[in-house]
Amino acid sequence: MRLYLSEGSPQGLKVLAAAGASGARVRLERVPPDGHVVPFLTHPRVPALHLDSGTFLFSPNAICQYFFLLAGKEHTDLTSQWLEWEATELQPAVSTALYGHVVQGKKGGEVLGAIRKTLAYIDQSLTSKTTPYLTGEAESVADIVLWATLFPVLQDEFCLPDELQALRSWFRIMNLLEPCRNAVESVLTPKGAEQFKAYLQKQPVSCLHSEKPATNEPEEEELAQRSLSEEEIAAAADAWAKGAAALPERWQPQSPILPVEGRRNVLITSALPYVNNVPHLGNIIGCVLSADVFARYCRLRNWNTLYVCGTDEYGTATETKALEEGLTPQQICDKYNTVHTQIYQWFNISFDYFGRTTTPHQTTIAQEIFHRLLERDVLLTDTVEQLRCERCERFLADRFVEGICPFCNYEEARGDQCDKCGKLINAVELKKPQCKVCKGSPVVKTSQHLFLDLPQLEGRLEQWLEQSWATGDWTANARFITRSWLRDGLKPRCITRDLKWGTPVPLEGFRDKVFYVWFDAPIGYLSITANYTAQWERWWKNPQQVELYNFMAKDNVPFHSVVFPCTLLGAEDNYTLVNHLIATEYLNYEDGKFSKSRGIGVFGDMAQDTGIPADIWRFYLLFLRPEGQDSAFSWHDLLLKNNSELLNNLGNFVNRAGMFVCKFFDGRVPPMELGTDDKRLLAHVTLELRQFNQLLEKVRIRDALRCILSVSRYGNQYIQVNEPWKRIKGPAADRTRAGTVTGVAVNIACLISIMLQPFMPDVSATIQRQLCVPQACNILTDTFLCLLPPGHQIGTVSPLFQKLELDEIEALRQRFGGGQPEDSSLELKTHAAHPSPGARMSPMPGAGSGLARDPQRAKELAEAVTQQGNHVRQLKTSKAEKGQIDAAVATLLELKKQLALAEGKAAEVPAPKGKKKK
Amino acid sequence: MAVAAGLGPEAEELVLLEKSLGLTKGNKYGVQGERKSPVLQINNGPSLTGLATIATHLVKQAKKEQLLGKTAEEKAVVQQWLEYRVTQIALPCTKEDTRVILKDLNLYLEDKVYLARNNFTLADILMYYGLHHIIIDLTVQEKEKYLNVSRWFNHIQHYPGIRQHLSSIIFMKNRLFTNA
Repeated sequence: MRLYLSEGSPQGLKVLAAAGASGARVRLERVPPDGHVVPFLTHPRVPALHLDSGTFLFSPNAICQYFFLLAGKEHTDLTSQWLEWEATELQPAVSTALYGHVVQGKKGGEVLGAIRKTLAYIDQSLTSKTTPYLTGEAESVADIVLWATLFPVLQDEFCLPDELQALRSWFRIMNLLEPCRNAVESVLTPKGAEQFKAYLQKQPVSCLHSEKPATNEPEEEELAQRSLSEEEIAAAADAWAKGAAALPERWQPQSPILPVEGRRNVLITSALPYVNNVPHLGNIIGCVLSADVFARYCRLRNWNTLYVCGTDEYGTATETKALEEGLTPQQICDKYNTVHTQIYQWFNISFDYFGRTTTPHQTTIAQEIFHRLLERDVLLTDTVEQLRCERCERFLADRFVEGICPFCNYEEARGDQCDKCGKLINAVELKKPQCKVCKGSPVVKTSQHLFLDLPQLEGRLEQWLEQSWATGDWTANARFITRSWLRDGLKPRCITRDLKWGTPVPLEGFRDKVFYVWFDAPIGYLSITANYTAQWERWWKNPQQVELYNFMAKDNVPFHSVVFPCTLLGAEDNYTLVNHLIATEYLNYEDGKFSKSRGIGVFGDMAQDTGIPADIWRFYLLFLRPEGQDSAFSWHDLLLKNNSELLNNLGNFVNRAGMFVCKFFDGRVPPMELGTDDKRLLAHVTLELRQFNQLLEKVRIRDALRCILSVSRYGNQYIQVNEPWKRIKGPAADRTRAGTVTGVAVNIACLISIMLQPFMPDVSATIQRQLCVPQACNILTDTFLCLLPPGHQIGTVSPLFQKLELDEIEALRQRFGGGQPEDSSLELKTHAAHPSPGARMSPMPGAGSGLARDPQRAKELAEAVTQQGNHVRQLKTSKAEKGQIDAAVATLLELKKQLALAEGKAAEVPAPKGKKKK
Repeated sequence: MAVAAGLGPEAEELVLLEKSLGLTKGNKYGVQGERKSPVLQINNGPSLTGLATIATHLVKQAKKEQLLGKTAEEKAVVQQWLEYRVTQIALPCTKEDTRVILKDLNLYLEDKVYLARNNFTLADILMYYGLHHIIIDLTVQEKEKYLNVSRWFNHIQHYPGIRQHLSSIIFMKNRLFTNA
């Protein structure tokens, strides 16, 4: 029998897992999502099973049942009931959730909201029975089917709320079943839920949405209203009344900041950015900005916090860049380190220390760790085959080779990892390798190298991981990636390279080599701290007192969860190992990837040229922080979020609250007499504040930001309902009421200014200046206190945000190359005169302008434009195919645009054909 | 019909099914959820929910297991059409939905007597009940257009004990619209 599957069909998981669990032997046929397989059906339906008798089964559940029947497992009332429920209740709910999530870009909480009832139902059923599975002691077709339906939305049990204990443990068990794991691997790629997009977009919307009108929000609202008990309301009112006196004293750490006995000591690192790339928005949200929000939050919680980062400077890429620019590697590093520092300063990143890896401390510490590893016999020597480019006369570092992926045949696989299938690659295994610098074909040469014996350390690693996972907060993707590494078995990992620009290997026979950046770079965390304080070991050799948070994008996970911990475990010196590994997914740009070489996307140094304040960038990036799944930056969405959430919601509320105090009460907070409604509001705000704290303690940064917006939404509603501007003109009782409402509102604004501080530090400071909030108030607890008591004098209030206009945003979108059809930019790559890195559209750093002139590049481009123009004319006169002409025209337009940019003008060329209208 | 009044169409169907299976002691049904899924309270056990689930249970209770299919393949086909019945022929059907259902079914039945090829099964019974309100509204021309569906439907409604109080639908033996 043949099983027809299509990529990205969520139902494929079900049938594959069922086939695996029942031992059915099927032949897999992959078809496109809209492929017609079942001859009698109008709408394409895959998966489908074609039996040898000629019969087609097109219902995934029937296919699963068939597999189990073949294995002699008859269905029972209970399994039929679960399958019917799945088909009629769960499937429509999950489809709606998945559609909302993947196609419409809804986020975590909202997505789960759509399926909360169904999840609760499963949980209840599991709780009321005592068996581990839905229908008994062993897994049945029902377990497989339900698991497979839930997997695309949940992926991991960790996104399930704590109260669904039974569901959580069932889902975890199911995730570990071999047939399920195999099905996931064969159907899903590391793209996560994104991969269903193409499939879901093809589904008629009606069949996805009809089941449940989108009524989740009012429901949640009701729920929140109901769940307030009288005690909670009374407690919130009591806490409020205590005022600023109830605040703990602010913790002011000594300089340098060192761990303190009896305090919570938090050490935060963000992945070290590579020095010769200007970071793009995705890099910024992935590590430094996320870590910054958390560091600021920790300080607000009075935790003793140290946040360190720096540039990763060694490696071939730097050497090459130096050759290009005619400088020494050290000069290149100095130059770019400054660029990075300036960008992060502009984004208001609150490093306690921003260092670099090219320091004497790095050499000392890396070599000391190396010696310890050598003494403890966890290093191996082996001969390595390496690619050497004879034309460039050097061994090629992984990232300087490109070729065809040996696993998935992707054509632009890098030497260390394939961007398409995500698998790690050994550069010599690439098919048709190419030197990225000169495009020549490198040859394989042998060389002696040192390896870290990961198999020997595996036992210790697993023991440590088990403990770290039980006690720490690791994001689901970090756990998943680490688990898959362990599952595949660890292999010895090379830690040396044939290069000059790096930390020298202090061992006879290896003197001409340096440490591989992936051995060396994480040691940078230690050496950077050592440059900050001579007592660095109190942070890094102190797991008893220190809690370590690592922030990174998901591609960095294995090095922080496997390789570096093995290095430290092997060195046996009581090192502080990561307790909480926080990894983001990828941020895309509009509909594609950020691409420096194609000039697509916003890079750190350009953000400031847009005229949009750093805090707005921070807000928007954090609002779409790729937590749990990839997300995409979109200019129009930026405009929308700025104008709706910031301007109309948050800004409007804070401004009105302050204005009422100024206009009606001479700038003094009026006396307040709290009634039931006011106390109820206090309780609601308190709940949001607690939720906010809970989320941030788990580093759920994006969701926490939504809590702030909810608080201001409560505030707006409160003002709207009570109309203080009318009551102030009424009789005495009304005027008192207006005073109470204004007083409570301005205190909510004050709370918002504190909650907002980790996210938008400048805006927070502005609000606090306007409301004259004392510095001592900048502490977050679980209670909402009246911090601006009656009589408190506030300052001058002015609007916080500016409206973004459509034409302004459209101009920016044009300028940064959003929405370019992918193929035309690929064309450009092959047609452009000089694709070498030096000629890329990178504005010269330090020039302070994203539109820096580049006369050399302009000249080349002008030539390319003329050439391409001739080419187009030729095609037209020879009456070539329309598609061919269009592509050539698109290339021409793109070249013109780049030319305009290189000449320092904003691009003002007409949009290329086929451009998406959004 | 008094028992089933107000219960929703699926519970009514189950009452019809009970009779056609010769189960004399009628069960009482409840309904549950937005979909008004039927619920059957079994005397000394847990309750069962869902049209297809309860129907399957009733067939077993009547000891007519052959109606659920004899081979693994037939059983899977029966389950597939029961699922089709509860997911596709659920109440609010647009004109377009109906057209697709009839068109697909017509093509499927081209070379088959029953839904599970040569054997009469529970799938035929529930599909017949489910489609009755649709077929009754078809024009003569449409009935002729979906010729295989008409032939099958006519066959089932004459199957002993199935139709009961439902109105008999007239199909023409001679073709009127030769070009249809």
